[in-house]
Amino acid sequence: MRPLPDTNTVNGEATLRVVRRDLPHDSARKHVTGGAAYIDDLREPEGTLHLAIGGAPIARGKLTGLNLTAVRAAPGVVAIITAADIPGTNDVSALGLGDDPLFVDSQISFHGQALFAVAATSRDAARKAALLAKVETETETPNISVEDGLQSGETVLNDYGFVVGDVASALAKSPHRASGTLHIGGQEHFYLEGQIALAIPGEEGDLHIFSSTQHPSEVQHIVAHLLGLPQAAITVEVRRMGGGFGGKESQASAWAAYAALAAHITKHACKMRPDRDADMAMTGKRHDFRVDYDVGFDDSGLILGLDTTLAARCGYSADLSAGVVDRALFHTDNAYYLSDTNILSKRVRTNTVSNTAFRGFGGPQGMMAIERVIDCIAWRLGLDPLDVRMRNYYAPGRDVTPYGQTIEDNVLPELTSQIERSSDYRARRNEITTFNAGSRFLKRGIALVPLKFGISFTAQHLNQGSALVHVYRDGSVHLNHGGTEMGQGLFVKIAQVVAETFGISMPYVKVMATHTAKVPNTSPTAASSGSDINGMAALDAAMAIRNRIAAFAAERYQVDAAHVSFRDDTVIVGNEVIPFPEMVEAAYRARVHLSSTGFYATPKLHWDRDKGHGRPFFYFAYGAACAEVLIDTTTGELRVLRTDLLHDVGRSLNPAIDIGQIEGGFVQGMGWLTGEELVFDDKGRLRTHAPSTYKIPTAFDLPEDFRVALFDNTNREDTIYRSKAVGEPPLMLGIAVFAAIADAIHSLAPGKPVPLNAPATAESILHACSCMVSIR
Amino acid sequence: MRREIAFLRRGQPVRLSQAAPSLTLLDYLRLEERATGTKEGCAEGDCGACTVVLRRVVGGEVAYQAVNSCILLAGQADGSEVITVEDLADGDRLHPVQQAMVDHHGSQCGFCTPGFVMALFGLYHAPPSASPDRDAVHEWISGNLCRCTGYRPIVDAGLTACTGARSDQFSANEAAARTALAALDDGEDLFVGGDTRFFAAPASIASLASLYLAHPDAVLVGGATDVGLWITKQLRDLPKIIWLGRVRGLDAIEDMDATINFGATVTHEAAWPHLASIDSDLGELMRRFAGRQVRTAGTIGGNIANGSPIGDTPPALIALGATLTLQKGDTVRTLPLEDFFIAYGKQARHQGEFVRAVEVPKLKPNESFRALKLAKRYDQDISAVMAAVKLTVEGRHIAEASIAYGGMAATPKRASATEAALTGLSLDDPTGLDAAVLRLAEDFSPIDDMRASAKYRLAGAQALLAKALAEIGGMSSTETRVFGRRAGDATAA
Repeated sequence: MRPLPDTNTVNGEATLRVVRRDLPHDSARKHVTGGAAYIDDLREPEGTLHLAIGGAPIARGKLTGLNLTAVRAAPGVVAIITAADIPGTNDVSALGLGDDPLFVDSQISFHGQALFAVAATSRDAARKAALLAKVETETETPNISVEDGLQSGETVLNDYGFVVGDVASALAKSPHRASGTLHIGGQEHFYLEGQIALAIPGEEGDLHIFSSTQHPSEVQHIVAHLLGLPQAAITVEVRRMGGGFGGKESQASAWAAYAALAAHITKHACKMRPDRDADMAMTGKRHDFRVDYDVGFDDSGLILGLDTTLAARCGYSADLSAGVVDRALFHTDNAYYLSDTNILSKRVRTNTVSNTAFRGFGGPQGMMAIERVIDCIAWRLGLDPLDVRMRNYYAPGRDVTPYGQTIEDNVLPELTSQIERSSDYRARRNEITTFNAGSRFLKRGIALVPLKFGISFTAQHLNQGSALVHVYRDGSVHLNHGGTEMGQGLFVKIAQVVAETFGISMPYVKVMATHTAKVPNTSPTAASSGSDINGMAALDAAMAIRNRIAAFAAERYQVDAAHVSFRDDTVIVGNEVIPFPEMVEAAYRARVHLSSTGFYATPKLHWDRDKGHGRPFFYFAYGAACAEVLIDTTTGELRVLRTDLLHDVGRSLNPAIDIGQIEGGFVQGMGWLTGEELVFDDKGRLRTHAPSTYKIPTAFDLPEDFRVALFDNTNREDTIYRSKAVGEPPLMLGIAVFAAIADAIHSLAPGKPVPLNAPATAESILHACSCMVSIR
Repeated sequence: MRREIAFLRRGQPVRLSQAAPSLTLLDYLRLEERATGTKEGCAEGDCGACTVVLRRVVGGEVAYQAVNSCILLAGQADGSEVITVEDLADGDRLHPVQQAMVDHHGSQCGFCTPGFVMALFGLYHAPPSASPDRDAVHEWISGNLCRCTGYRPIVDAGLTACTGARSDQFSANEAAARTALAALDDGEDLFVGGDTRFFAAPASIASLASLYLAHPDAVLVGGATDVGLWITKQLRDLPKIIWLGRVRGLDAIEDMDATINFGATVTHEAAWPHLASIDSDLGELMRRFAGRQVRTAGTIGGNIANGSPIGDTPPALIALGATLTLQKGDTVRTLPLEDFFIAYGKQARHQGEFVRAVEVPKLKPNESFRALKLAKRYDQDISAVMAAVKLTVEGRHIAEASIAYGGMAATPKRASATEAALTGLSLDDPTGLDAAVLRLAEDFSPIDDMRASAKYRLAGAQALLAKALAEIGGMSSTETRVFGRRAGDATAA
């Protein structure tokens, strides 16, 4: 037995042997050999039918006729399914609001909305047949942009916001005022594995559904509701997703529902896999926002009052917009204390896809709003934006958020000074000023932007996790929990927790597919909560079993249970060292129960939405990014020269996995704010519906000089091994790139506000440059 | 004549005699062979998740060609060994590329991973075996999208794995592979199917000419990097396909004193160094033309014959004064490339006529050339605007201007008014040059679309020309460009 070196004794923490190690993703070997099975890779049951959707040819209007004769006659077609075939309720909305029909009944709400599904013997047969429908409609004028929606006054949900102090008088008294508008574009998830589900009928109408979903329980519940069956008749399983990013939180359900409904009707296994273009045209995206702001501030840049309204394009239905837009409001303070402020929102209804969860869940848009406000203040006063940022940081006595939560764990002052030094921000700022003065076509810019991100679902009931752990007689462990694996490394982290608990090495632990029959009533794997809630639940389950084994061992060897320890694949009982499998077998023979569920409910949370007051977040994650860019002021072309990231993950469960989240999140955030542009035409058709037209970053777009570090921190709250959530927060590090671009443009006419909107495509940058020059 | 498609899988020949003409290699792998390691991410050749490697003997050397199997026809694998992600590990021992991907945490969701592994496997076997730098790795994975990692660990994995001597099972069995591949290389015309539905791959120009005369309604396929999308996206039934990839001599490159003559099926990858030798901007243009997988499959002739208003090679070749050679039956004719593009979707190609070659003049000592492209993304994106400028300069005066644009009209098109305005101007006459640049508004009325607005297209077109003029006038590209600076210009930002 070779004990591992004790390298983990920092901060007085007990030696850890598995947790905190840079272990590879649980499926890494399977990923690189092609052995990791995604749903489309599973062997299909005999007679599996393939589905395709026929979509609406207009964005808004009435469906007046649907002639499917040619579809029915097409080769390979077995069944056609429409709204009339739904035995239960024609709704797949996440919150049961009834505004997300699986099929159009009469009112068409967006271009491409499903009118019918075809089930055929092959994928190509189904797709070709779906094109043959004759559709008659009466067209109504659609709302496409946020502005269209604002003008028509249609919303999906009521207005909501935070009102703190007296913003009108604070603004009136302010020595300086600035106001403006910022447009922030949406974002396509572009998970590499598209939406997919395979439904297999069982006995008496039971269904087993393989769904690429972040929320298997919701798929289960929605399908049951759709089919008028008890939830217990539906089982949903997902081993892994090829990416999710929020796009499979609520919006995987419809695809599973198509497959389930078709399987229910045809009694065949049915697979629903839309083509990439159909996926992009039919699924929701990150909400685009229009932000209007009016800020008052003093000579030092201190914000005295901020009045801002965030108008979000929600699309045709509410979906998760309540939570998304709320979270935007929760993050409009970002790192800054706002004494007198109105932070308001409008949830605009448009005739476009229903926008949905996307990594950050509204938080990024809220932060973009306040960071633009800060930049405006700096431009007006001729200050370095970093100084204005630090001037407004939360601090003792200035530590209550607009929603009434006191900030108790703020590390931004230390974190910022660390990255300010390590990035050499001040010296580079001077160098850039010199460069810009002598450069005709090209300008450089730099920005250092902090982030603070609230961790917990703001829908309080979701802050619970469950797990199921079995220990088999040979010592191998079967681990299930409510979280789903979409690439973020959740499974390896939780396996590390369980291995640590039993003192065993990783090969003992088998991570199983997420399965509603193993762990029921789960929360979505979202809000960065995966390892926080499921890690704690798995720890709870594993500890229950460990305690039973320890009690048994203590009794058998007549020692105090406190003198039983689990490590290095053994159980140490007083002076005896017993291999773990032997001890497990002995416990089994002594009739010790070697299986347990585990449960966790996040403590300390309370939130009164009506009053806009409470503690919606258990804790905050922090970070900062410093980005430097070079732009061409005549073409708008962009090059990211260097980026430094410093991010707080508390005490990491797995630093390599966390670094992966930080780098990947940053690049995704950078893409959102630079090259990724969604274009809808005036008919409401998405024109950027494939990677040929929608451009996510490639390797070449990486900053040439890319430095990433973890901030040395713990979590003051008792989270799983004092780690912090990491899934979403790093995305917002990308805001530094956007701010650096604005800084470069600002050099064209110092003192003028930069009218740069997101995404900062070449065209958007050039437009902003032209405005700077023409108003000089 | 051979009546079946033949390629190798794991050393063994696979013969397809009943395949649908438009069967893609990816569908063959996933649906027929049930080898599901290779993924479909977009089915249009833009994400690289479906990347496989074709091992072939090219010019006497064993080549490892990374291609997108989603838009490659199964018949295009004829004569090659198809290597997929499942094939790389040697028993339990991962391939060095796979091991490096694990060690560097290069996979998260894993869906793009097989494609990256195969692209890097291509780099692993790329000649010369000298250690690649970061830029070379970027270039090899320019056709692969990852949405999780942010690429850094993948690039590190590539640098680690592809440094040093090659020592995998594929280098070990190269001799055997050569023999097996040689056995497939029968030099016969390939024809699978019947008179109304077939996949054909003629082996000679004469066979091609007569086959196409007999079936002028057939679709000619070079690399299928566009035709593949007719199948996967437009769901078109293409009953008659003639693949040009086996036509002997059609892929010839003749590098002469004053011109380079490219056969129609010369791939972009093969053309790259030759075009770069004319001007470094052409080299950069070829890099940006598409991801490696598309450059490896796509052909110079295809990019022209396709007639797209946003193809990247035509504007450059038009500005250089290229001449196109067309053939129908035994009749061969030539015409200036710019005359080939008549209108949107309409080219000067007669029924039964095919593109045989394009002749590209080299630059004379008094000629300067620039090719510049604007797109939403630097690598692997379609142009919003593509500008190609050739100036003949006498002393400091512009004696002649040849300027062509892509993305500005329904076809790749010359900027005649602007050319006329520039002719005779001094490079030291900024006022005159600025005025000439504005004449582009007379030459073009571009459109709004998802890539750019008309306004941006025109402004961008003018900016690119202004840049080219400034550079030809003597300004260093370090002062005019954020990327793609010219060889010789200092590299500091």
